[in-house]
Amino acid sequence: MRADRSLLRVLVAFALLAAVGFALPDWAAFLLTLALAKGLVVLGLLVLWRTGLVSFGQALFYGTGGYAVGMLGLYLGVSDIVLLTVVATVLAAAVAALVGLLLARYRDIFFAMLSLAFSMILYGILVKTEALGSTDGFNVIQPTFFGYAPEGATMRLCIYLWTALLVVLAAFGVQRYLTSTMGNLAAAIRDNEIRVEYLGVSVVRVVWVKVIIAGALAGAGGAITAFAVGHVDPDAMTYWTVSGEFVFVTILSGTGNVIAPFVGALLFELIRSFAIQYSPYTWQMVLGTSLLLIILFLPNGLWSLVTRLGKQE
Amino acid sequence: MALLEAKGLTKTFGSVTAANDISVSIEEREVIGVIGANGAGKTTFVNMVTGYLKPSAGAILYQGEDITPLSPREITWRGICRSFQVPQVFSSISLSDNLLIALGVAEGERIPFWRPLRQPHLQYAADEIIARYELEQYRGQLVGLLPQGVRKLLDIAMAMAHRPRVILLDEPTSGVSVQEKFGIMDVVMGALHDTGVTVLFIEHDMEIIARFGSRVVAFAEGTIIADGSPQQVLDDPQVRRHVIGETLHRVPHGEEGASDA
Repeated sequence: MRADRSLLRVLVAFALLAAVGFALPDWAAFLLTLALAKGLVVLGLLVLWRTGLVSFGQALFYGTGGYAVGMLGLYLGVSDIVLLTVVATVLAAAVAALVGLLLARYRDIFFAMLSLAFSMILYGILVKTEALGSTDGFNVIQPTFFGYAPEGATMRLCIYLWTALLVVLAAFGVQRYLTSTMGNLAAAIRDNEIRVEYLGVSVVRVVWVKVIIAGALAGAGGAITAFAVGHVDPDAMTYWTVSGEFVFVTILSGTGNVIAPFVGALLFELIRSFAIQYSPYTWQMVLGTSLLLIILFLPNGLWSLVTRLGKQE
Repeated sequence: MALLEAKGLTKTFGSVTAANDISVSIEEREVIGVIGANGAGKTTFVNMVTGYLKPSAGAILYQGEDITPLSPREITWRGICRSFQVPQVFSSISLSDNLLIALGVAEGERIPFWRPLRQPHLQYAADEIIARYELEQYRGQLVGLLPQGVRKLLDIAMAMAHRPRVILLDEPTSGVSVQEKFGIMDVVMGALHDTGVTVLFIEHDMEIIARFGSRVVAFAEGTIIADGSPQQVLDDPQVRRHVIGETLHRVPHGEEGASDA
């Protein structure tokens, strides 16, 4: 019964997102793809955030995902979107597992700064690597869908549909995880690590798993961005401002619900696109002002609007 | 064979000796009251038994096994749990969620990351504990907002979620008003007695010690100076001087009465 209803919910959510993709003009579907990709990364940050951890280095995993897609195409000629996404996600998770061994032992500002440091190491390496285009980056192979190789707008629509499927699965999976015993340990660890240890649980191990989950989601987000944009370079994929943007969107969204990151990321992309279009020289100020307003009036992010409406009824 | 046995436990911090050659043997189902002035080594002893501090010398045997090198986690899984002088609870979530988490992780060392925490059998178990510890009215409240006495009870209830064979209570009534002390101890000791757990509790109130302890151990300056029935220990001249007699020393200087001496 339960499993059936979950499956139904996943299908309905995917159908809705897919319908939106068909209805939207080409440019908007592209924007939405980028927003959903960003939302995946922010969903990972939500998992950490609820544990009281802020990572300022998600670009490390995001970049790993993006560059994995690029390099697999470049060196091995792999173009299948499923294979590329899976490998990129697994690689990002593996990197997260490795740096997580150290990260999981730190908290607060030390966790944030250490994650930032790790991501800047990758940035430094990529900038110095001539074979990968150094600061210019390189173009990513056009993905194929089980041998089908669409062009132009159809291609963008296919990438969007694949993204929508991933997003629905990720949101469902994370929601399920958050309600599990392991997921519920987030608030417990945030509140009192001593008690968690005395309940017989290794806090470091639980945090390590959360770092890996967040890393995998960031890797998937990076892979999708690489497909959609068709290009990867160090500044767009791994620079610290990219990580900062993810944190920005997390604050904007709030961590109350797994849907919040996607709503927040969409709003972010919309504000940025329109700000660049209408005030090309001061668009950062527009973004900054919006964040300031959110922090002032909705300290728990956009999602608190939904919670408030729910309470009024 | 004793259930839990400390052999020559010593702990030094630099030049300070917090525990000096502590040897004590605890049998199944005993309820041991531990008394001693501040700094006598009571909490240090509990910290060593639960693996939080490693002794500088000596060993701790549990059911014949040397548990001295084990971590607090491993000792928890062996069946020794503890509560704290300052309650260690999860402040930002509700009281019933605190218990659910404690019960959920006590189910096994592999923590489920897919199965929801809110299983009917766990909620039933949490409700039972809530009833047993008389916490019904606080069930859905955020723990950070609850009075100290309630958080003390929760702290103990969470330690008991593991169904331990030994529980160590570090001052279960500290920070609680005098009127509430006996009520809380009645609830705690009643709940513990039902499970058959072996209890060691640190306490400063001699009336509580006399009423709830089946045996009393007195600490002074890092060593055990008396060990026996409550009557024996509380009447021991050394104990009266070192532990209870503290109030007597103060009499010549201060205005406090010596009524309880």
